Amino acid sequence: MVADASVRMAELDPILGRYARDPGSLLQILREIQELRGCIDPATVTYLGSQLSIPRARIEGVAGFYSFLHLQPHGEYRVLFSDNITDRMLGNQQLLEAMCHQLWLQPGKVSEDGLVSIDMTSCTGMCDQGPAMLVNGRAITRLTLQRVQEIAHLIRNRTPMADWSADFFRVEDNIRRSGPILDNKLAPGEALRNGLNIGGAAIVDEIKKSGLRGRGGAGFPTGLKWEVCRNAAGTVKHVVCNADEGEPGTFKDRVLLTRQADLVFEGMTLCAQAIGAQHGYLYLRGEYRYLLEPLQAVLQRRRDGNLLGKSILGQADFDFDIEIHLGAGAYICGEESALIESLEGERGIPRNRPPFPVTHGYMQQPTAVDNVETFCSAALAIQMGADAFRAIGTEKSSGSKLISVSGDCPRPGIYEYPFGVSVREVLQDCGAVNTRAVQVSGPSGICVAEHEFHRKLGFEDLPTAGAFMVFDDSRDMFEVARNFVQFFAHESCGFCTPCRVGTSMLKQTMNKIADGHGTQYDLREVEHLDHVLQTTSHCGLGRTACNPVLHTLRHFRPAYENRLKSLDFEPGFDLDGALARARQMTGRDDAGAHLKTEEA
Amino acid sequence: MTEKKKLRIATTSLAGCFGCHMSILDIDERLFPLLELVEFDRSPLTDIKHCGPCDIGIVEGGVCNAENVHVLREFRKNCKILISIGACAVTGGLPAQRNHLDLSSCLTEVYLTEPGLAHGHIPNDPELPLPLDKVHPNHEVVKIDYFIPGCPPSGDAIWKFLTDLIAGKTPELGHGLINYD
Repeated sequence: MVADASVRMAELDPILGRYARDPGSLLQILREIQELRGCIDPATVTYLGSQLSIPRARIEGVAGFYSFLHLQPHGEYRVLFSDNITDRMLGNQQLLEAMCHQLWLQPGKVSEDGLVSIDMTSCTGMCDQGPAMLVNGRAITRLTLQRVQEIAHLIRNRTPMADWSADFFRVEDNIRRSGPILDNKLAPGEALRNGLNIGGAAIVDEIKKSGLRGRGGAGFPTGLKWEVCRNAAGTVKHVVCNADEGEPGTFKDRVLLTRQADLVFEGMTLCAQAIGAQHGYLYLRGEYRYLLEPLQAVLQRRRDGNLLGKSILGQADFDFDIEIHLGAGAYICGEESALIESLEGERGIPRNRPPFPVTHGYMQQPTAVDNVETFCSAALAIQMGADAFRAIGTEKSSGSKLISVSGDCPRPGIYEYPFGVSVREVLQDCGAVNTRAVQVSGPSGICVAEHEFHRKLGFEDLPTAGAFMVFDDSRDMFEVARNFVQFFAHESCGFCTPCRVGTSMLKQTMNKIADGHGTQYDLREVEHLDHVLQTTSHCGLGRTACNPVLHTLRHFRPAYENRLKSLDFEPGFDLDGALARARQMTGRDDAGAHLKTEEA
Repeated sequence: MTEKKKLRIATTSLAGCFGCHMSILDIDERLFPLLELVEFDRSPLTDIKHCGPCDIGIVEGGVCNAENVHVLREFRKNCKILISIGACAVTGGLPAQRNHLDLSSCLTEVYLTEPGLAHGHIPNDPELPLPLDKVHPNHEVVKIDYFIPGCPPSGDAIWKFLTDLIAGKTPELGHGLINYD
């Protein structure tokens, strides 16, 4: 027994060795152990604690935070259906039920033989080819009833995933319209040579002149960020690429990392040159695990070409390399300070700001955190020159933007436009008809109704991180908002009370309305909750969690009102139903054993 | 000079421990000036069994059985302002700890498995209110106008809240009257 256990633990040593038993790599270590073993059991936690010299509470705390890490077995096959609204519109619920039925399983439970469990997860970034799922972390797209049945069959026969049809795992790029970023044919190192010729300070100037603003949603001026970071005190600095593309409906970074990985790394290396950084990190969301090996191959090729590593392109004092860190299913890690916590191997809880990461980021050292697309645009701006870059787009939104189109349209996929394109133009290009609304920039963004389709994507009007979910007139906008509210309640990191409790209360109120118990009182409560969330939350998640409800209430109030009772107040649950269990246990059915839900 | 009409207050304890009522008594000698301003309707202090029209209703404890629902509805029907007082009323509190257990396993454990109670059967006398499958905070059953948090709220907090309310001010429990740990 004892010998068995030590043999079992010995197989962890290569992983621990690779990360030099550094507690700062705890998340990566846990992720690899989970991949090897399927879960992180108590004995493993004990062993890790002794090997890394950290308390088990810290290990369990980190493992408990991330959805893709498990402290108990979750089956040899862990099936997670993506549950974005676009997956729901394509029938993911029916597919989940069919699969559960076929495998004699309840959602969320592990089968008695320990073979399989089936559950839901937040958007996996495959909205243009959904419904999608993850099986043991591997993305599977374009689910149909037949495909789900085949998968259930493979699981029941314990077929190793390596032997499954490659077609299951095929991820399409679906590029429908390209522009300067997607069309670029830069040879690896081309923009970097330009950058090295002009030097770090000039790169910062050029980026500032280009007017480039962050593509992750917030739109902070990139040149200014790099300048502050360059001027920040300290000799050790970091470049972080945020590829934790968690905003439901967004998948442009997936395509960029597939098609333009060199451009991403080129941008990161230029940033390193500009700010004087030695270390780079790509924080890749766990859902894109399948991109890890191809990206590592690109990094190796760049090292071999002296575009990374020591003395890049022969410049004696320019040493820079990039590591890839994988996330493990936490939307909040898209927030830059939570991302940095996660890079440090901690729970992904946003930090107090200020100080900002540009001065106190990774390891409290100056860190430039930018979105995948921002790095691509930066490399492009250096290559084509600030003036040429600025000529694309609008005055305050220079350059082009990748839009991830999904939902009710015949041509979902990636569209690259100069900033300033109107919602209507995008709808026309993707072939959408009878459109009722578009959710721009995901659940935390803006719901745009038909009378606003003239509005333009850009920082002047409709800022966007890229999501563009289309809903036609067959869709119930209340259900759309309810899906988003469930998403925020699930993804709240739990650190601050207003968000932890508020997002759950919001979810309960939406469920109450959905169940037909809602009243005008509940709509007022929603508005009150919004005020509390917006004014008291620790970070942007709580501040934006009410947006879907507020926006749909503004444009689609009847979708809510149709469900309301005319009463001033209704109980939040079925009172008589709540006595059913006690009636059954006591055998009573007298008048006193019943409660009318409505007051006589 | 006509005497100013006194406000009528009703109080009750549902699924609570009467700790909040003890805390109401903790306003001590200030009960005398309070009684200049208010009179009590249904309350454990008066032993009046049913509530008439009132200005303010104060409810301690959450809702754990059918009788609690009836009492709470009686209060809502009769009181212009209804207040949930204390953790159990506001969140379900301690009684809600049973919410993660199945009601039938609770009843089985208490009346069938454990020796010595109810002669081996689950009490089914119609006099007894049936328990709900879960314990709920009051605002999930009727509309509640104000909440006084605390386990229990201090006498000072209750005094401040009531005097604000009686004076026509929106009650504010500031620093020192609400504790977070």
